[in-house]
Amino acid sequence: MSSARDNILQRLRANQVDLEQPDQSTPPLEVLSAEQRIARFTECQKAVHGEVHTLPAHQWIDWLAEELPKRGLHQVLTGTGETGNQLVAKNIESTIFHQYDQPIESWKPELFSQIDVAITGSRCGIAETGTLVLIPDRDEPRLMSLVPPVHIALLDGTKLYQSFAEVIEKEQWADGLPTNVLLISGPSKTADIEQTLAYGIHGPKQLITLLLK
Amino acid sequence: MNQYQAFYQRIDKALHNDQLRRNFRSAMDGIRERRLAQFPDDQELQALRYQTKGIRNKSLSRQAELLERLETKLTENGIQVHWAETPLQANALIHEILEAEEATSVVKGKSMVSEETDLNHYLEQRGIEVIESDLGEYILQMAQEPPSHIIVPAIHKNRFEVAELFQKFHPEQPYTNDVDELTGCARQVLRKKFAYADAGISGVNFAVAETGTLCLVENEGNGRLSTTAPRIHIAITGIEKVVEKLSDVPPLLEILTKSATGQPITTYFNMISRPRQPGEKDGPEQVHLVLLDNGRSRIRNDEELVDTLRCIRCGSCMNHCPVYVHVGGHAYGTTYPGPIGILLEPQRLGIDKVGSLTSACTLCGACGEVCPVRIPLPKLINRLRADAVDAKPGENGVPGTGALRSRSEAVIWKLWQSIYASPRLYRSFKFLATRLRRIKPPLSNGWTRYRPIPTPASRSLSELARQEGYDDE
Repeated sequence: MSSARDNILQRLRANQVDLEQPDQSTPPLEVLSAEQRIARFTECQKAVHGEVHTLPAHQWIDWLAEELPKRGLHQVLTGTGETGNQLVAKNIESTIFHQYDQPIESWKPELFSQIDVAITGSRCGIAETGTLVLIPDRDEPRLMSLVPPVHIALLDGTKLYQSFAEVIEKEQWADGLPTNVLLISGPSKTADIEQTLAYGIHGPKQLITLLLK
Repeated sequence: MNQYQAFYQRIDKALHNDQLRRNFRSAMDGIRERRLAQFPDDQELQALRYQTKGIRNKSLSRQAELLERLETKLTENGIQVHWAETPLQANALIHEILEAEEATSVVKGKSMVSEETDLNHYLEQRGIEVIESDLGEYILQMAQEPPSHIIVPAIHKNRFEVAELFQKFHPEQPYTNDVDELTGCARQVLRKKFAYADAGISGVNFAVAETGTLCLVENEGNGRLSTTAPRIHIAITGIEKVVEKLSDVPPLLEILTKSATGQPITTYFNMISRPRQPGEKDGPEQVHLVLLDNGRSRIRNDEELVDTLRCIRCGSCMNHCPVYVHVGGHAYGTTYPGPIGILLEPQRLGIDKVGSLTSACTLCGACGEVCPVRIPLPKLINRLRADAVDAKPGENGVPGTGALRSRSEAVIWKLWQSIYASPRLYRSFKFLATRLRRIKPPLSNGWTRYRPIPTPASRSLSELARQEGYDDE
């Protein structure tokens, strides 16, 4: 197939084009304060059916201890990092914790059919679009935020950037990216039938952000 | 049947399908309103359009270099890169990868490039089960129809039609025509496929050379599932999708989602840079990228038509096209419908095959006005019309240039040209046309099929002016 490669590159070089590149930058964004960013994030999430709860940082685990049983979320998937370990150590009534500590191949059917909710952290957030930025890793694998019907994510309120461009710049992503980076802005949805919005087509039906101050 | 007859037959069929026209009308009206709501400030919109045009032009101007950088970076990251000149090569490549890994079932995320290559049929003929997992695409797979829109593929179907399909293919699920319940039904059915598929196939929205990253834009999560749950992921995309820097992505993403569906951002933006690393517990062990040319490098021959390649496939041009809204996507008979289809498909497949598409345009200019990357669609469609009847096709032109030239049409225009170029001839023509105004050519086609030929006035305007005492000056 290297001949296909050479042919294509050769044709591209033979048909060199030099197209107009207007040096246009968009007007700078009005800078939002930390409070405004939180308000914006919350407003955007709500607009797409997301749930946001702003809590003092130390209260997240108590919030979960109260809400998980109340919402009937009994089979809980956690990661193997600090968040996951703290959760598993906490005794929450009628809750069974599953830690994602095995490769997916060994428990795929369970993940796809038995888990009610997954709880993960997040790297940072984007206020302008109400977006959670997740960088899944060994402790919090990729499918956690996707397969269970409910996803609860913790977000550090001090790590709320204004725009996607700012995240790329400040987090120095241009230097190289890990296996997978995800921007998540709401629960899974589709409008493929009659342009009518329906939630939870493949991913979570519910996305709950615990925004920690 | 020539291509015009076939095209007009499809249009006629679409125009007589009231259900189809209602479905399109309401869907397109909705999408247009939502797009507009995302751009409250026209100045900002125009600035963003210039910026993204510049980014895409930069990518195209340095495409060979960027593709090589992309390949190097992806390879460093552990993603295998393959190149294909033709749809058949791309399909064969993908089949080889699957065969080598003994993969017999595939789930697919939405990919228009795989529609271009007709990948599903190719793999199915070789005994591989292929399941489309985007809800719209899945509906169409059951109905055995191609997409009628590049973003909302099943837009021509209403929920009753969808309910019927689900009942036929999944009788085990209770009948419903409620959109929420149908969606829940699809979730159940497709979950099983995701849990067991050997490989996932997806498209790519942007391929970033700087970091070796494949970016996918979606709302459903099926793209993420297809690229995470199976042990092999194969992405297929056109060579024009490469961009230089990661910082090029945010403006492109913003204008793409706002233009396409009127969303500030989609639910998921999925950036894949590596296969599963040691210690990671999910994600594919192998990631492949197939880069397809299929005529794209040839389109660069022409300094005007090269603008076609800026397209980021948002579908906004079709949402705003008065012809598309009435006839729908299937009438075009090509993979890409609407204005971008009219522009792209004759260049890809040849004017001799699908040049008649250029007649499905009123040159109203709406598509050019909404195109996020400022492709001058109306101007280029007009240009293709000229190429279609070009008397002296050059060697490097659009394939099939001149194929739609009609001798009688050419003679009439030649005649018109000589009359209008000579004052003496023009005056005699005017005299005859006014004095013999009751004699009209017996035309029964085109414009005059449903309309009488207008009768010229008994005196020309300049004659009347002279009578009133004005002179020729």
